Formats: sequence, structure tokens, C-alpha cells
Amino acid sequence: MAETLLQVEDLNVHYGAIHAIKGISFHVQRGEIVTLIGANGAGKSTTLRAVSGLLRPSHGKIFFAGADITGLAPHKIVARGISQVPEGRRIFPEMTVLENLELGAYTRRDRAEIKRNLERIYGRFPRLKERSRQVAGTLSGGEQQMLAIGRCLMSEPELMLLDEPSMGLAPILVREIFSIIEEINDAGTTILLVEQNANMALSIANRAYVLETGTITLSGAAKELAHNERVKKAYLGA
Amino acid sequence: MEFLQQLINGLQLGSIYALIALGYTMVYGIVKLINFAHGDIYMIGAYIGFFAVGFMGPQFIPALILAMVGCAILGFIIERFAYRPLRGKPRIAALTTALGVSLLLENLVRKFIGPNYIAYPTLVKSTTIYIGGLQISNIKLIVLSVALIMMFGLQFIVLKTRTGKAMRAASQDLDAARLMGIDVNAVISYTFMIGSALAATAGILVGVAYPRIDPYMGILPGLKAFVAAVLGGIGSIPGAMVGGLVMGTAETMVLGFGKSTFRDAIAFTILIIVLLVKPTGIMGSKVNEKV
Repeated sequence: MAETLLQVEDLNVHYGAIHAIKGISFHVQRGEIVTLIGANGAGKSTTLRAVSGLLRPSHGKIFFAGADITGLAPHKIVARGISQVPEGRRIFPEMTVLENLELGAYTRRDRAEIKRNLERIYGRFPRLKERSRQVAGTLSGGEQQMLAIGRCLMSEPELMLLDEPSMGLAPILVREIFSIIEEINDAGTTILLVEQNANMALSIANRAYVLETGTITLSGAAKELAHNERVKKAYLGA
Repeated sequence: MEFLQQLINGLQLGSIYALIALGYTMVYGIVKLINFAHGDIYMIGAYIGFFAVGFMGPQFIPALILAMVGCAILGFIIERFAYRPLRGKPRIAALTTALGVSLLLENLVRKFIGPNYIAYPTLVKSTTIYIGGLQISNIKLIVLSVALIMMFGLQFIVLKTRTGKAMRAASQDLDAARLMGIDVNAVISYTFMIGSALAATAGILVGVAYPRIDPYMGILPGLKAFVAAVLGGIGSIPGAMVGGLVMGTAETMVLGFGKSTFRDAIAFTILIIVLLVKPTGIMGSKVNEKV
């Protein structure tokens, strides 16, 4: 029986006077890939930032593994097992690749475990190993995205939040990144993915929610939504 | 020879500016605030040293440690109660508050201790050492070596420790640091505490080297150290060290070669030139973003 890992109930977020998220509810089961798709400005990133604690909801509740995490500070949410790959990657440009990865493990104390994890990530991204002493700001866009994902994995999250991982990448790299996301999911990490590239997102997700100006307008199995006429017209360029 | 002699004098003054500049630059690096009360923390450090000596006699190291601890606590309190409530508000609010804290500290000292100069007790007996044709007082050597030890210690904390890594991460991207699980509030507190302890060191060293203190002694060195931080590249720790040394040396050279009326003008001339020629400073990072 699948267990609900993340439960968001009636989430509202305000930016000053702007009501960005207007009472959305959704959930993510353990082991799933769930995607939020929608146009630019629909509130996808805002939703993720509220889940990871960077934004405080004005109303509503967020539960993780059964516990109420609404309004907790971001570092406490990371310690509970939610880690985010932010939009635009947000690596630490003046630090080395290795230092970036070590920061990803900031909430971890077991050095042997951190080392094993680092080797695992180097195994998945050999390019990062080659460049471990290089300053991260000098990496290419694709390498930076791999670093951002690797850094996120260093905290060994139960739930990984991915914000626009395809942004600014060449199509071949986008496919590579998405197959890596599937591998990470196969290895047991639950994933909540926000994407403008709805085609790619629906191709790897189990379920999807469509977000329009702060409201969820459609939801269902990813395969069904990929054939929904409205979704096709609005997001899949058909 | 005269030049070398002046250079050593300049490095003494410069290391004091550098210690103060470090606090400006570290705080700016993370919270983007010019903490105008920083010069007054240096003044408080000198006063704590003065009273410490009054209680336990002229012992340099214990006085130094007491001043560092006292100012670290003061820095923590100022950040916690004056600046933190304003975080996320328009920056001008925190800046104005910093000026208010500065006036508050000066006037508290003025009211409870007095507005006049106080002669600083002799913490270290002065002797002169001759190296080649140079006369160097042991005090200069002490000032320089204490400043160097502090700077190496700071570099060690920033580059090698977990807290230091968190500080660097927070100064590069505050939100990304939060997403790593870093308690950014704690990191900001540490930063204020370390910066204030360094300012306290400068306060004690100034008491040893130029032995008199008063409630307004922090204003001008504070401004000059701020210029030093801008000169080095605000936000850059090595930049603050270099900027401080350059500033102190320039000032001493102007003083030593007869133009004492220009002593304070040199700092601001340097500031104007830096802002015109290289606004990011000697070691300031250029802002480039990869999309």
C-alpha cells in the first residue's frame, strides 16, 4: 500500500498584495514522480519554495511523512529529508565542485557515509569527479545542472524537489538529465518535478497536476494528461 | 631607510585598519549591510580593555581575550535586536538603524564613562629593537604579529571549518545556502561575532600603540576601514586585509613626508579614485551570471 509522503492542503501564498497561490491541494506518494506543469508565472516555483520553507504560506498546511512542516525554517525541512534543486541551479560559483558537494551534505554528520555518497555521485556523474577541484562557476550549463542534482543527492533526501531542470539546456542534455531523474527515482527517491517542458515531464512522471494562475485546474495520471486535448493544446504544442 | 621606517609605521596603522575592515566586509558579504556601528564596536573593545586592566592589572593577553568576548557578545546583541527584525525590509532601514546604533554606543559611553580622553594604561613596556639601520619598537612588532595571527586564524575558520564553509556559501547565495540545510540566522550571528571580536582586537592594539581613547575614537578609523574594505573589494576577506594595509601605509607616508594636513584626506581621495577606476575594488569579484 503506497504511503503519502507529501501532503499539501489548501496552500495559499502571498507576495505582498499579490495572491500567487490560491488554495491548492495535492499529494505525492512514496516512490512516485509527480510533476506540476503550467505556464510561466503559474506559481510552480512558488509552490516548491513554500514546500522547502523559503516562503511562508499565508494559509494552508504542508505535511511530510505525516508530520506538519508548515512554516518550519528551510534548514529544518532539509534535515527532515526534503531537498531542492532550485531553478537556475544556484550552485556556489566561487567554490569548487567538491566544496559544493560537501555543502550538500551539510545536515549529514557521518563522515564515512558522506564519503560513500560522494563516490556514488561521482560514479553517476564522472564529469564532476574529473572537475572536482575546479571552481563551479566555470562549469558548462549542463555540468552545473549535474552538480546541482549531485549536491541535492548528498543530503540523501527522501523527497527531491526539482525546479525547471531543463532550463537553458540543449535538447540532448535535457534528455540526459531526465534519464538521470528516472534513475534517481528507480533508486528509491521520491520526486516532485516542476517543468515548463511538459512533454518531457509527462513522459517520466506517474501523475501530474496542471497549475494555472495559482490554481490546480487538472490532475491525473501523466499518461492520460498527455492525451488530454486541453493539455495538448496549451502545453504540448500540438 | 627613511622610507622603510615609514613603511613599518604604515603597516602598523594598516593592520589596525585591516582588522576593522574585515568586520565591514564579512558582514557586507552576507547581509549586504554597511554596519556603520562597526567603528564604535572597536571603540567599545578599547574601553573593555581599559577596564579589564583596571581590575586585573596590565596583562595584555587576558585583556585582549576579554575585549574580544565582550565585543562578540555586543555584536551578537546588535544583530539580533537591531538588524534582524529589519531583514527583508528595504535596505535603507537597516542602514539608518546602523547609524542609530553608532550614535547610541558613542553616547552611552559618553554618558556613563565621560566625554574626555582617557590615557590608556601601559600594557606592554616599550623597548626599541635595532635591525640593520632600522629602529623598531617592540610594540610595532606586537601589533603586527597579533594582527597577522588574527588574520590567519580568520582565514583558517573561513576556508577550513564547517562554519566557515557555511559563511562562504551564505555570502554567495543566501537562499541556496538555506536549501543546503544551513541555519542562515546562526551563520549571520557568527559573522557579526567574529567581525566584532576582530574590531575589539584592533581597539586593544590601538590602546597599546597610540595610548589614549575617547568615545568618538571609532568614527574616523571606522570610516577609513570602510574605505579600506571598498578599496580591497567589499565582500572579499583578502581584499579587506590588503585594503587596510594600503590605506595605513598611504596615510603614514603622507604624514611622514610632511603633509600632515592631508592625513585624513588621503583615505577619501583613495575612495574616490577606486570608485572611478575600479568600483569592484582590488579583489572584488566581478558580477557574472551564467544562464
